[in-house]
Amino acid sequence: MSSRPELQAPPEIFYNDAESRKYTSSSRIMEIQAKLSERALELLALPDDGVPRLMLDIGCGSGLSGETLSDSGHQWIGLDISQSMLNVALEREVEGDLLLADMGQGLGLRPGVIDGAISISAVQWLCNADKKSHEPRLRLKAFFGSLYRCLARGARAVLQVYPENIAQRELILGFAMRAGFAGGVVVDYPHSSKSRKEYLVLTCGPPSVSTALPSGKNEDGEDWSDEDSEDEENQTVCISERHRPRKKLKLTKKTKGRQWVLNKKEQKRRKGDVVPADSKYTARKRKARF
Amino acid sequence: MRLLTHNMLSSNIKGVSNGFPLRLDVENSVSKEVEFNPDFLRNMFSKIDWKALVDAARSMGYAELPEEAPDSSMLDSDEFLKKFHHALLELHLDEGALICPETGRRFPVNKA
Repeated sequence: MSSRPELQAPPEIFYNDAESRKYTSSSRIMEIQAKLSERALELLALPDDGVPRLMLDIGCGSGLSGETLSDSGHQWIGLDISQSMLNVALEREVEGDLLLADMGQGLGLRPGVIDGAISISAVQWLCNADKKSHEPRLRLKAFFGSLYRCLARGARAVLQVYPENIAQRELILGFAMRAGFAGGVVVDYPHSSKSRKEYLVLTCGPPSVSTALPSGKNEDGEDWSDEDSEDEENQTVCISERHRPRKKLKLTKKTKGRQWVLNKKEQKRRKGDVVPADSKYTARKRKARF
Repeated sequence: MRLLTHNMLSSNIKGVSNGFPLRLDVENSVSKEVEFNPDFLRNMFSKIDWKALVDAARSMGYAELPEEAPDSSMLDSDEFLKKFHHALLELHLDEGALICPETGRRFPVNKA
């Protein structure tokens, strides 16, 4: 089965009671979610004046990302399609208000009221048609259209997505642009398959200086600050020693040996195969000219 | 659900031209204390639809907000901000429903 949850079941069914609990009790997922939300908040580039803003968390799930918003003092409204996830969020007593809603049907919010929107690993779900009535293009259009309307002028939306392929990324970005957003994709750690993360950074309103895209983390492949860095350093070979490993490889090249052959023959015998008897010639060393 | 959220929501049923404000059907409401932050209130004030907030607060049984939309000079008065804060962030609709003003469709609000 595919490892992508989008391909397994619709979100409201995939995130059932058991899965929601599992999701929220895994410390690894919690850490990743917190990191992603912090980065998304950083990309939102809210003015640094200490005034709390009204934020929107699209696909808030159990409120892991909302917690980051609360920690920075913001008020937020979260929406998610999975009742089980929201139940977990209620249990955890998150500070934002929670709405059970399908983002593909558009957000029922008044125009121009939201100061910023984040979404962690949610928007790629829109690319799937889980019901007969679902048409991904229409749903993306409804989502981005209503998101554009409810955001205040100049506000940003940062959507962290896991697109399945390039076409899917283009599709999502295309509909965002068509809705009127300016912006693009910011890729963090583009050279790493594991920690590579993509963020759609969208700005509401006409293009201006403030809509310039921030650069992704570690885009040029230098000052890699992850824990992998040490391992990579050890793996590099100094130029002066360049030839040594190859030589060593030749010397220590292992042959299977006499004992291995004897074991193998014994194994075959036990299976009932016809095997020549062992002798002093079995697996002997050949002459060099051979 | 806080009245802040209620003030932001509108009905997006197909064919509805004006889905705001949603009517409140209150079965149970509670009040939870929240940290008072005047900066946030001043920032939010321009975005709040005052009439909708007053009506919603009334239906929750809180009638201390002035009927007329206050001007920006009121935003320096601590007393007014406290009331505004209470109505906006501390009053919670615990059980009840939101009702679309045009179609009359009910959107239930509950805890679980």
